Amino acid sequence: MKIAVCISHVPDTAAKINIASSGKEIDPNGVTYIINPYDEFAVEEALKTKETLGGDSQVVAISVGNDANKETIRKALAMGVDSGVLLKTELQLDSFGIAKALSEEIKSQGCELVFMGKQSVDFDNQIVAQMTSALLDYSCVSVVVNFKLDGENITCDREIEGGKEVVATKLPCIISAQKGLNEPRYASLKGIMAAKKKTIEEKPAVETENQTEVIGLKKPQAKAPGRILGTDSSAVPELVKLLREEAKVI
Amino acid sequence: MANTILAILEQREGKLKKSAFETASVAAKLGKQMNLTVQAVAIGNDISNLEEVSNYGVSSVTHFKNDNLLNYSSSAYTKIVTEFSNEISADYLITANTSFGKDLAPRLCIKLNAGCLIDCIKLDVQNNEVIATRPIYAGKALMDAKLNSNIQLFTIRPNVFKPVEEKVEFNLTTKEVENPDTRTIVTEFKKAEGKLDVAEADIIVSGGRGLKSAEDFKLVEELADALGAAVGASRAVVDAGWRPHREQVGQTGKTVSPSLYIACGISGAIQHLAGMSSSKYIVAINKDKDAPIFGIADYGITGDVFEILPKLTEAIKTLT
Repeated sequence: MKIAVCISHVPDTAAKINIASSGKEIDPNGVTYIINPYDEFAVEEALKTKETLGGDSQVVAISVGNDANKETIRKALAMGVDSGVLLKTELQLDSFGIAKALSEEIKSQGCELVFMGKQSVDFDNQIVAQMTSALLDYSCVSVVVNFKLDGENITCDREIEGGKEVVATKLPCIISAQKGLNEPRYASLKGIMAAKKKTIEEKPAVETENQTEVIGLKKPQAKAPGRILGTDSSAVPELVKLLREEAKVI
Repeated sequence: MANTILAILEQREGKLKKSAFETASVAAKLGKQMNLTVQAVAIGNDISNLEEVSNYGVSSVTHFKNDNLLNYSSSAYTKIVTEFSNEISADYLITANTSFGKDLAPRLCIKLNAGCLIDCIKLDVQNNEVIATRPIYAGKALMDAKLNSNIQLFTIRPNVFKPVEEKVEFNLTTKEVENPDTRTIVTEFKKAEGKLDVAEADIIVSGGRGLKSAEDFKLVEELADALGAAVGASRAVVDAGWRPHREQVGQTGKTVSPSLYIACGISGAIQHLAGMSSSKYIVAINKDKDAPIFGIADYGITGDVFEILPKLTEAIKTLT
């Protein structure tokens, strides 16, 4: 089976986010980009599934973006993914545009099982997996913390408020990975060397018109620094009083 | 003819969730601002508190019913809501940004050819257009945006839009669903141990490295119990295996906006602050007076969590 894993290239979670002078995007200066943290779980699950299936199973990593994304594709190749595809665009596509580009590529690659992170830690939409599946008419389980494939049948645990849903479905299917699904492997030195020889195919991303129009970005209002009430438990009565009478939250 | 807004209501175990009333109330408000016909839809088997929607300005509710739809099924729900939305020619759809709404909304967008804005914390109407504000980069920045599509879908962050009471007449239509498409279906719900989920709690008591060990987290649990609060955790203690991931607050965990957030032994890494800084009131208890958490705390105590937490728990217990 050919398995796809879709990955995105995002600012490091430790990055401070500043707004560019256009007011419509972030200022990339001084920001380090990394593979989206949730995508590492997706890569790991794709590789584990390939290893379990054996035979001539293959994993292809697909990313939508510009040349900078190659670094993230290389990271997946170093972890053990077989090949990479960069769907090139210089545009800032919205989730629909990304889902559209991914779905076309998944279709042409003939992948019936697809993994991706549950969300990218930039725009935090958590919708690309479900959108891609709806475009392909695949089933899709989002926010997955446990995945089992048995022939055509899939059983997943999906994390929701207050517990987990056990979800049953069938191939073809897209799984969006949540932290807890597995422990992503580190790229070995051998893997990093091998990744240099693997190919990254480049092709233009399908063009779509964005449905979302960004009016502007802003920083959230900074909170005024609060009050330090003390250095030990003698401050507890005052804290309780403030929470009760000033904040009125207890 | 007036345009239509459709509120999609979430039920769990036969009861509408609190977020369903928030959704209804926002739909009713947009309905007034934009002169829209307001309708609501719920899917499930029996739903005990459906009529309560009419306390929040929504009168017309359609309930799609089937024994097999007690639990969520992405395939069946997508089909039912898509068909119903087409039938009533909905121009706007709204639902809560819960696990349910997040999973369903994007599927509907594709099937209805609708644009969407997700996790909105503010919806304004300007020149008869909806302008949404939503956090990005886990709250490190906010985006104002609008949609260019004919059909528009918005999901609203739970706990942000307080439902406004407005009693209206209740008109229920019940429709039996024949052969729902259950290609993908929830077969079981495994309730997490512990009580409240951080994503839904009004008060959160969160612990970090300052607690020193997994066992010492009982100090956090005891305070949370006394307050009826959920237990949260920093990434460091989740990665150390002291606490489960579902309790993690921050950029690779959950983004929360409770009324009260008590951070115990948490220094406040940028990823953590991003996930909780929109809490209404923040209390920080930490030995290190230079910890970044004090930069956003309303009230702080720069002392030892081991000494302070038991006293705080005791003081809360004596409150009436």
